[in-house]
Amino acid sequence: MGVLVYLAAGWMLLVALYGLVTSRNLVHAVGCLSVAQASTYVLLLAVGYRDGATAPVFSDLAPGSRPLVDPVVQALALTDVVVGATVTALLLALTIQLRKRYSTLDPQALTGLRG
Amino acid sequence: MTARGRVLLFGAGAVVVAVFFGLSCGELPRFGATAHPYGDRAVAASLAHRTANVVSSVNFDVRAFDTLGEESILFATVLGATLLLRLARDEQVRPAPAEGVLPTTRLLGIVLLPLALVVGVYIVAHGQLSPGGGFQGGVVLATALHLGYVAADYRVLERVRPLAVLDVADSAAAAAFTVMGLAGLAAGGAFLKNVLPLGTFNQITSGGTVPLFNAAVGIEVASGVIVLLAHFLEQAVEMSGPPEGGGSAEEEH
Repeated sequence: MGVLVYLAAGWMLLVALYGLVTSRNLVHAVGCLSVAQASTYVLLLAVGYRDGATAPVFSDLAPGSRPLVDPVVQALALTDVVVGATVTALLLALTIQLRKRYSTLDPQALTGLRG
Repeated sequence: MTARGRVLLFGAGAVVVAVFFGLSCGELPRFGATAHPYGDRAVAASLAHRTANVVSSVNFDVRAFDTLGEESILFATVLGATLLLRLARDEQVRPAPAEGVLPTTRLLGIVLLPLALVVGVYIVAHGQLSPGGGFQGGVVLATALHLGYVAADYRVLERVRPLAVLDVADSAAAAAFTVMGLAGLAAGGAFLKNVLPLGTFNQITSGGTVPLFNAAVGIEVASGVIVLLAHFLEQAVEMSGPPEGGGSAEEEH
């Protein structure tokens, strides 16, 4: 079980990259990028897990009564989610403009550079 | 490069990544291991500053400088999307048509919209106590407003969404984060230092500056997401441009 969680994160990353490489639609490619980003959430949260631990929130828990999972990686995952959402938004905005100017969403049809 | 060549190149690269990633996974701490030196220190720091939600303490106290960068990224994205999705020379805005909705859908919206707004404010305000905070609550607030679009129509959404005010709120909240950081510098000698009285542990007024940073981020995220979605919705609902393919004068086929 030990290494499997980390390997799952790596597997997610590779699947997402395969999707990016073979993508025929830019919206699909943006989705693949989100999956690639999601693999980092899995890796971060897996690194922070501790056997038998609970959430690092004391609103209903006496301090020191139970082991806690690592809050630092959870905070990193939160940052990761926010940055991922902003990247998705910008890429979709770019996709809209590409669709308007080149009338295609297929990245493989976007070959020439035009000034 | 052909599609097949691209897949072959990716396959070769993927094998290399998979082998080295797999090898390095064996060197990582065991999954579920008990040694988390940074986590233990973050919990201690959070308890010392009487912040019940350790993740909030990490984000808005210990790592507040990183969060400043994070919310700056969000602000830059709103600016970027505004720039990218501005009205082009060959496009016009036409008023969105009024649309009919089922009375039950309308009722759901009327009941759910205020409820969702209150939940959003609750999540922002209790960020230092329970899971939640400015980022999560801000998204709830922004989503709540869009119930107006789902349960009525685009005209209603435009009425409940004062974009000019939200643009200013977004910038002001982003600036407030920095100003509070400077206040920490002036009062405590370090940028973003938690200088306010820490309050009583597990009460809404605990955590010093953490609730204030949460509020600033909550306002920024809520207004930022609404502005961002407004630009996307404008493209989908209101924009009438030249027929498919945009600038046909530029097309050469």
